[in-house]
Amino acid sequence: MATAKGNRAAAPTKKAARKVRILVGKPGLDGHDRGAKIIARALRDAGVEVIYTGLHQTPEMIVSAAAQEDVDGIGLSILSGAHNYLFPRIIQLLREKKMGDVVLFGGGIIPDDDIPKLKKKGVDRMFTPGTPIQEIVDYVNERIRPRK
Amino acid sequence: MYDRKKLAGIATRRKKWNDETLAPSLRKSPQRLDRFSTVSDEEIDLLYSPDPLSNLDYEEDLGYPGRYPYTRGVQPTMYRGRLWTMRQFAGFGSAEDTNARFKFLLAQGQTGLSTAFHFPTLMGYDSDSPRARGEVGMCGVAVDSLKDMEILFDGIPLDKVTTSMTINGPAAMVFAMYLAVAEKQGVPFHKVGGTIQNDILKEYIAQHAWIFPPEPSMRIITDVLAYCADNVPKWNTISISGYHIREAGSTAVQELAFTIADGIAYVQAGIDAGIPVDKFAPRLSYFFNAHMDFFEEIAKYRAARRMWARIMRERFHARDENSWKLRFHTQTAGCTLTAQQPMNNVVRVALQALSGVLGGTQSLHTNSMDETLALPTEQAVTVALRTQQIIAEESGVANTVDPMGGSFFVEQLTNGMEEKAMEYIRKIDEMGGMVAAIKQGYPQREVADAAFHFQRLVDAGKKRIVGLNAYRSQEEAPIPLLKIDERVEKRQVERTKEVRRKRNAKKARACLSALREGSLTTNVNLMPLLVDAARAYVTLGEMCDTLRETMGVYTDPAMF
Repeated sequence: MATAKGNRAAAPTKKAARKVRILVGKPGLDGHDRGAKIIARALRDAGVEVIYTGLHQTPEMIVSAAAQEDVDGIGLSILSGAHNYLFPRIIQLLREKKMGDVVLFGGGIIPDDDIPKLKKKGVDRMFTPGTPIQEIVDYVNERIRPRK
Repeated sequence: MYDRKKLAGIATRRKKWNDETLAPSLRKSPQRLDRFSTVSDEEIDLLYSPDPLSNLDYEEDLGYPGRYPYTRGVQPTMYRGRLWTMRQFAGFGSAEDTNARFKFLLAQGQTGLSTAFHFPTLMGYDSDSPRARGEVGMCGVAVDSLKDMEILFDGIPLDKVTTSMTINGPAAMVFAMYLAVAEKQGVPFHKVGGTIQNDILKEYIAQHAWIFPPEPSMRIITDVLAYCADNVPKWNTISISGYHIREAGSTAVQELAFTIADGIAYVQAGIDAGIPVDKFAPRLSYFFNAHMDFFEEIAKYRAARRMWARIMRERFHARDENSWKLRFHTQTAGCTLTAQQPMNNVVRVALQALSGVLGGTQSLHTNSMDETLALPTEQAVTVALRTQQIIAEESGVANTVDPMGGSFFVEQLTNGMEEKAMEYIRKIDEMGGMVAAIKQGYPQREVADAAFHFQRLVDAGKKRIVGLNAYRSQEEAPIPLLKIDERVEKRQVERTKEVRRKRNAKKARACLSALREGSLTTNVNLMPLLVDAARAYVTLGEMCDTLRETMGVYTDPAMF
């Protein structure tokens, strides 16, 4: 069990062999964090450096934490139905900060009809209920590399 | 309960059966699994017999329904007198949308209302707050002011229908608005019945719709306890909830233990605030989850009643029998529903609902098959309600009281549940009570650990879930889903702005400054000030912002 907000769950290593850094975020007012916490823990156990934002983050807070921590990917969990606003807003803010190369993925209660629209706007991958954790860990390992 | 000599004989003969019958059978054909366990991963034996129940005393441990310690039920006749209240949790879009759903449910034979608010209301923000963008009406109904509450309960007589409201951080504010609606309908406060969840401790543990830090939150809660004891005697002031703790991933024992420990904290807070225990304890109620493990759940409800009765009588010295009775609402477990093959959820819900009924619930919500995907459609919620009606009218389980009582298995599970939960409660007492335990992150960690453990069991195939990691289908036909109109946000923002424009501005300001003043001292009960503010169309966000300034805010410690 770790870690205080903004703290890294694993010790940072030397730049040459830097671990992949992922920000797991809970944007919006949604309080369902069971999934986000399980994924944060599983990624940490798999050797990823995880920064967990905690609940009730605005898009601005998420993007600012991502910039500060210089993350390679952002995983967002949304179960409140506000995904059609929150994902595009976060993508927009990332682009404004010249962080468009940060890989954005997500999960939660996202109806099938909304997924293609969100992918078109720049969400790399969406995981729906029932996804085994290993599938998400494998995705992060294969898809996300440390940014230069 | 049993003759000791006979029990000794049974133990001997069981040993003999073990050696002569069971062992050869196991050698020939081994069991399907090395270890059998509940969904909470508690090990279950092959056979339960009466011999381990030698200490069970029928009169003291089980007794009679309607009599201490209420293990068999809180009412003497239970469902032969009156069926449980069928109460579907509902709320989406605008107040108009939800009012129509309420009326639809009442027309289908539902007997009570239960309101789901959208996230901005749950967190104490108005719909026009920047924090509310994208969330308005999505996960529940948008309520910003008395205006919305008037529409929400339009045509629903508040002296006839009881309403449960899932609201915690801003429970007192929303309750104040509800009372103001009752007043407008001409219903005196002493005739108003219903429930506010108002259980902030489990918000820190699990549901996470908090506003203020624990201490000021507890002060608002004791204000509600005192106010209702004097003014709204039929109101259930706190619905002490295990539901969300379980949904966050706890085991059944943790759900039971942490919920009762929360109850202990509220009773202590009420007593510390100077309210005599028997003046407020009879209006405390409970809310439990009905998860997938049928017998474990029944044992949980039975253990909960016995534990609470003993705690109230022995620990808090309550004298009124009504203070000893644990009355509870049940909701089937949302987290057990699968997005895969969603029709199967109807069966899961039926089994879970049946455990709640066999456990002696006072009211029940059955989830709809489509709730892992969206808020329920009318058709899906009707099937869910009909499930309760079939259990009530067709299955025969409502014909007698506590039909599981005396089952060797269920009685041993009930005892085990009580023992393990009391162990947790002792630990929490040693930490200084639930508020202190929460500050140390103790229950939060326990729940997160259990959630992770269960997920690992599922991913490893050690817990099998039909349609998910077993019996998968290649092709699945999509089911129709409810879509929330995204224009609700714009209309709601306009309405709230109009409410602010049209109200008596001077009066609204005066109410807010009275609230601010009142919050700076604990000698003042905030409830009358909130009722005044609600009457003056002060919005929820304004009330909460005022108190945020004086009471502070709570933020997620973000442990994982």
